[in-house]
Amino acid sequence: MHKSGGFRDYDWWLVVLTFAICGVGVLEIWSATHASYLAGMHKHQLEWIGLGVVLMFLLSRLDYHLIMDQAPILYLIAIVALIAVLALGHSRFGARRWLPILGGLLQVSELVKLIIIIVMARFFSEVRTEQLGLADLLKAGAIVGLPLVLIMKQPDLGTALVLLPLLAIGAFLAGLQWKHGLAILALAAVMVPVGYHFLKPYQKERVTTFLRPEEDPRGAGYQILQSKIAVGSGGFWGKGIGHGSQNQLGFVPVRYSDFILAALAEELGFAGVFIALLLYMFLLLRLVQNAQRANDRAGMFLVMGVAAVLGFHVLVNVAMVIGYMPVTGIPLPLMSYGGSTTLFVFLALGLVMNVRVRRFVN
Amino acid sequence: MRLAVISYVIVGMIAALLFGFWRLQIVDSDRYAQLAERNRVRSIPIIAPRGSMLDREGRVLVDNYPSFSVLLLRDDPSEVEKYLPQIADGLGMTLDELKQEIDASRAMPKFQPIVIKPEASPSDIAFIESHRSDIPVLEMLMVHRRRYPHGDMLASAIGYVGEVSAEQVEASDSKLKPGDEVGKSGLERQYNDVLMGTDGMRRVIVNSIGKEVGRLEQQDAIPGKPIQLTIDYDLQAVADSYMADKEGAVVAMDGRTGEILAMVSRPTFDPKDFAVSIPSAEWQALNSDPRTPMLNRAIQGQLAPGSVFKIVMATAMLESKAVPEDFSVFCAGHAQFYGRTFHCWKPAGHGMTDLHKAIVDSCDVFFYTLGQRLGIGRIHDYAAGLGFGRRTGIDLPGEEAGLMPSEEWVQRVYHHKWYAGETISVSIGQGSVMVTPIQLVRMIAAVANGGNLVQPHLLKNLSAKTDHFPLSEDTVEQVTQGMYGVINEGGTGSSLKLQNVEFSGKSGTAQLMSYEAGAKMGKKGKETNGWFVGYAPRRNPEIVVAAVIQGSSEHGGTTAGPVVRDVVKAYYDKKTGQLDRELTTKKDTQPGILAVAKKDPAVAQTQPER
Repeated sequence: MHKSGGFRDYDWWLVVLTFAICGVGVLEIWSATHASYLAGMHKHQLEWIGLGVVLMFLLSRLDYHLIMDQAPILYLIAIVALIAVLALGHSRFGARRWLPILGGLLQVSELVKLIIIIVMARFFSEVRTEQLGLADLLKAGAIVGLPLVLIMKQPDLGTALVLLPLLAIGAFLAGLQWKHGLAILALAAVMVPVGYHFLKPYQKERVTTFLRPEEDPRGAGYQILQSKIAVGSGGFWGKGIGHGSQNQLGFVPVRYSDFILAALAEELGFAGVFIALLLYMFLLLRLVQNAQRANDRAGMFLVMGVAAVLGFHVLVNVAMVIGYMPVTGIPLPLMSYGGSTTLFVFLALGLVMNVRVRRFVN
Repeated sequence: MRLAVISYVIVGMIAALLFGFWRLQIVDSDRYAQLAERNRVRSIPIIAPRGSMLDREGRVLVDNYPSFSVLLLRDDPSEVEKYLPQIADGLGMTLDELKQEIDASRAMPKFQPIVIKPEASPSDIAFIESHRSDIPVLEMLMVHRRRYPHGDMLASAIGYVGEVSAEQVEASDSKLKPGDEVGKSGLERQYNDVLMGTDGMRRVIVNSIGKEVGRLEQQDAIPGKPIQLTIDYDLQAVADSYMADKEGAVVAMDGRTGEILAMVSRPTFDPKDFAVSIPSAEWQALNSDPRTPMLNRAIQGQLAPGSVFKIVMATAMLESKAVPEDFSVFCAGHAQFYGRTFHCWKPAGHGMTDLHKAIVDSCDVFFYTLGQRLGIGRIHDYAAGLGFGRRTGIDLPGEEAGLMPSEEWVQRVYHHKWYAGETISVSIGQGSVMVTPIQLVRMIAAVANGGNLVQPHLLKNLSAKTDHFPLSEDTVEQVTQGMYGVINEGGTGSSLKLQNVEFSGKSGTAQLMSYEAGAKMGKKGKETNGWFVGYAPRRNPEIVVAAVIQGSSEHGGTTAGPVVRDVVKAYYDKKTGQLDRELTTKKDTQPGILAVAKKDPAVAQTQPER
């Protein structure tokens, strides 16, 4: 038995799936930007991916138990960073989300997501009862609630909401009782209209636009409409890489990032989307399998935390692209252009690898 | 195991998302493909120029000048909003004016570009060209606007152009589309199909901010065809300058072919006001003006013909043979009919008067008596035969038919019997008889050429129809001798004599108030319409000119005669190659014409009516 896993113990299927998705992403980023002033973006993305791979392997070497031991300190760092970003963060597109670190701009909430995954895993792994008690549930809620509120203040509703499935999946796996689950759903149903009241105007607009896109096809509903046109006009086989008019002429909003799947759907058609979504499905299933094989509850919760966050990202992003959900600004993991988000996903996968290579450790 | 549940949730989630893609990409694919195409391609019209109008010698009466309209592309309203202050500044408008222009087009679909400035100045064009890259929401559309090199000359006949109405679009069998410029009146409307070209289309590929990034095939515009008119610019200019400050109409026609040589209606409008969409206040003012500048009096002015009607009476007398040819009447200045006294225009009377003298001196009592003998039935039949009461068929929209009363008409419209006294009034062209200047021209031409009623027309190569109302040689000879005498034998037009030209004609002075009503009020009716219809030569006239001057208190021979004479003289001067240079160069003031008249011994000094 190995102390810590060797080369063969890494989940190479997971690596293959990850690289496949990244490859498709880089291809589409190139296609979406090569003919515009954004040309060269795919190279930056490749750099992020390279850095991500290195970080993934580095993180996998550091025993996750050691990491989880530091959960309280990490949590403290996360909260301080969030307050810092609110106080003196770098403002872009009307939101304070970035902190200047290492000569670049770090989107703090991505780091916070990673920390909350670790914190939640630690918390739920320490619940030793068969069923999750109400006190523990409320405690978990409070731990997630504080950073959630701080992220919403930035404002970044999308990222804030990502923390909820983390809580939900964790609680579910920790033995959430049906009555508690139903109570939370009922509470949520009441809170939604109240919460809507506290939304920023542009957020309200996104919601109303989502509910009634036809009312303003050239205004706020524009993005969803253009995305759907791109997807629909792709047909079965697509228009070919570099030949999607919606994509190439800039009708698809942020086509290299949040709406990259719309660009892909236009140029590679249903066939391309089918393959891309299957890749994501296998990736997620592979994570669940890794969770099953984890050596302990802590590892299982860690991997499922990653799965919850990535799964939520995929669901919300893809549903937005086809007009099933409002525009939230959540990127598609591994495919969308972006440094912080790419690094976050690779670090999260590093945690998974970490658990994976230690599955035989007792 | 709860992890297994989550696996199923993952598979279900991916399946649901794939279902969403399947619906968009397979089920509704065609619809979205169309939408994508609509996004990608913008069609910018290439406006076809309208055909020009030329006079009979090819001189330009109406043509076009190129102009640019500034278009605002509104694909992205928030984008547009951002540029407004810069655009307003660049185009020399206030921000409010610009917003008003945009608000005015609120009802139009947002993807359609709107015109924010119809006439771009050179500096506007420079502004747009130099900001192509940083203000991508502006575009220029080349249009052709009507140019009227001679101002309001011939405006009533030419008509004006304007944006097609919704009803016209509907009635056009999809040949017209909203926003098209079409002829709204006059020749512009009559020959719209010829004049109007077919717009082309420039199809360009645009990006999401509406910037042109490529071109597709282009469909060129087919320009409208020019039309040549029968108008003679020289004669038109003569008539026009005389009428400049008057109210009335002049029509000159070739008596053999029906070609209209000149047509004036005053007051008129300035067609250039319509060239770039007329402001609604101005349009209201034109339409509610009591002087009716929008009316083409030459074909729409329905007026009592006065003594010119006596030519119809004379023709009826000779043709019907209801009274003997040597029928004579003693004129004492007035006469009794049906218990009422009817006056002659000459209170002292004309004494013993036969037909020739009656025409030459325009004796009212002779024609009262003749009317009583003929009866309204015969008068109506001959008047109708000579074209009264129906349209001449001139190639202009909106021609009026005038009115030739009859017993049947009174019965039908007023449900009472014909008043015998009315016949007496009708006999001198008063009462309810109403004619248009163009009808009078055609009538005189027909009487002088033996009964050929030619269709007056303005289009040079129109094959005119001719109605026939055959008149005997004796009738034509006697009546035309009478009209020759009006001018050449000391008659009511004796001041108008022309040397070497068989200038003939008939004056008319129609009271706007009847003699009776005037007498009751203790005075003679003052306001009159003065007519003169002159032609030459005496038989088979080449040129027939009718003029009416409205609202003057003078005799028709005095007010309307000179312009008729000037036009006829200009026609002959031109024919014999003597046309004075001063007549060809456009004079917009009357004294120019008078100066010519004074120099020319063939034209007698204008004198007051005897």
